[in-house]
Amino acid sequence: MGKRMGMEVAMAVAEAVGLCNIDMAAVYPITPQSHIAEHLSDLVANGEVDAEFVTVESEHSAMSAVIGASGTGARSYTATSSQGLMYMHELLPIASAMRLPITMAIANRAVSGPLNILNDHSDIMPQRDSGWISIFVENGQEAIDMSIIAFKIAEHQDVMLPVNINIDGFQLTHMVEPFEMPSQEEVNKFLPPFVPHATLHPAKPVTMGAFAMSDYFPEIMKAKDEALKNSKKVVVDVFNEWGKMFGRNYKLVETYKTDDAEVIMLTMGSMGETAQMAIDQLRAKGIKAGLVKLRLWRPFPFEEIKAVIKNAKKLIVTDRAISFGGPGGPVFSEIKSAMYAETQRPLIYNYIYGLGGRDVPVGDFIGMFERVIADTANQLADTYEFWGVRE
Amino acid sequence: MSIVENFDLFAPRLINKKELLSPGHRACSGCAEVLAVRLMAKALGENTVIASATGCMEIISSMFPTTAWRVPWVHVAFENAASVASGIEAGIKALRKKGKIDDRYVKVVGMGGDGATMDIGFQALSGAMERGHDMIYVCFDNEAYMNTGIQRSSATPMGASTTTAPAGKVSIGQKTWKKNMPEILVAHGIPYVATVCPSYPLDFIRKMEKAKSIKGPSYIHCFSVCPTGWRCPSHQAVSMGRLAVETGVFPLYEVEDGHYRLSPDMPKKLKPIKDYFKGQGRFRHLGPEEIDKIQEKVTTEFNKLKEKAKFLKTGNV
Repeated sequence: MGKRMGMEVAMAVAEAVGLCNIDMAAVYPITPQSHIAEHLSDLVANGEVDAEFVTVESEHSAMSAVIGASGTGARSYTATSSQGLMYMHELLPIASAMRLPITMAIANRAVSGPLNILNDHSDIMPQRDSGWISIFVENGQEAIDMSIIAFKIAEHQDVMLPVNINIDGFQLTHMVEPFEMPSQEEVNKFLPPFVPHATLHPAKPVTMGAFAMSDYFPEIMKAKDEALKNSKKVVVDVFNEWGKMFGRNYKLVETYKTDDAEVIMLTMGSMGETAQMAIDQLRAKGIKAGLVKLRLWRPFPFEEIKAVIKNAKKLIVTDRAISFGGPGGPVFSEIKSAMYAETQRPLIYNYIYGLGGRDVPVGDFIGMFERVIADTANQLADTYEFWGVRE
Repeated sequence: MSIVENFDLFAPRLINKKELLSPGHRACSGCAEVLAVRLMAKALGENTVIASATGCMEIISSMFPTTAWRVPWVHVAFENAASVASGIEAGIKALRKKGKIDDRYVKVVGMGGDGATMDIGFQALSGAMERGHDMIYVCFDNEAYMNTGIQRSSATPMGASTTTAPAGKVSIGQKTWKKNMPEILVAHGIPYVATVCPSYPLDFIRKMEKAKSIKGPSYIHCFSVCPTGWRCPSHQAVSMGRLAVETGVFPLYEVEDGHYRLSPDMPKKLKPIKDYFKGQGRFRHLGPEEIDKIQEKVTTEFNKLKEKAKFLKTGNV
């Protein structure tokens, strides 16, 4: 049986990773990821986790080292944030093209400039097209569960792709939360050993990361896209398996009071819990409000999203990043393209909020609903606004 | 008579016959770098895993779906061969300890050109060496970014004309002295640093074998003549490497635990550098004054090295 306990989420993530029989971790410290790195190094130093812990000199080398280690068939882990993730950027599409099942936690933090250490999603959004499976978590329990689940998805023979787990920096990583930590026996039962396709070992020499020009490159890109799209089924299966074993059921898209909802809000990450409180207050006032929480960012769950939002009159997409000079927030852009061909679809509104860690209390979510409901002439639909920004 | 002149006599006995870098790669004719890579693979043998940086040696040996490599080989990016190698070393170490792979000793090697090593990959190399991984890093130095078209790097020697530091009416070409990379690695306090040149294959192989035998980080700096980039005839690739050594432009030495030793192949008296410069188009524009200035620097640097070999030799504590 798992153990009920309370702990800082970042440390709990390190504990969960420690249960996964990792062979190697390479981590470079960055706020607010550093508690994951520190606690994992404690576990290794105390002999609780039997792994090589490589204290690299940069995030670029962290990703390079886990690529090398994963190439040998070692279960390899890293964690980063913000500038560190931007520094890794070059290597992310290489890791996925090489089909290496690396697992990485991202303590999401605003990207400089100006320098800021607090939470938003501007670090992961530029990595969107790297070919990684990308999961967002809402609370500490999810952060723990997904840290274990990610290995099983990544290493599945039909997937063999890297996975990142997005955990809001500070707002989640530095919270002390109650949760259930699975036992070592349970994790052993859930997570089988990693069986690689090929390894960097003289027992059977292979060449990895070969040079490919126009005669092969497009096929390799298509294969990567197919692999990522096909991984959705495995994500669902692994979530279901986890639910059966641990009683915590996860979907690609979570819903809250959406069945009869006229206005639905969509969130990603830790803001979902605050938004949920807003829904309750709006419902108490007789407003038919609902909430959709997007858990799987890549591969994007088009069908699942369509199914839960198509009957609403209005949809409020919230974004914690912006595509400058573009269509608004990146989530907004994706949802709009998902709904474009649908004959029945809601009007879609977009709020860019909580940038650089700006607090977004329950009242702000209620404010967004009120503003959208008051827009009877639909003038604000299909546009984006910054929420709570001084002009 | 030196060992090199007796090469035909010694070679069959001393050099591994197995070709681990197969023929059919796409290097230029007369490429001394690919000759060096081939010798490296022979010296290290089959229980080797190589992580290569982006560059000439990567593109000529791994054109998908073919490969010239008969040892495990991986390429990830330009600046990170040392970090990738360090991860491979950590991975193999962990898997071997846990009994998940064959219980055999495997040497991990990172390799890159001078740009990949001394410029863009400098930090990654410094980190990997400082962390003490059991690995060898080999820099194949052809003194410019040859793969992208002969642009200057921090390894380009003073006065050489390159496509981004060209000789012109008001320029002598490269305006800076070559970065002394082996000395920087000596300063890391790693167990073994050596310079090699494929024009001296037995010295080359001996030093590779030495690096292989050391448990910890080693750095090998390999002088790799590039006839294409240096504008010299391709049949002179080997003799040009000899001239670099004989003039003291590229001295052969090794540093074991801080103790210096000049290679026995080093001549007692150096030849003038003009002998080395005259066969290369990249130095053709230099006048006698400029050559004298470079000669002075080469002599000074070589004397410094001799002093180190004298005072920091094995046995001196």
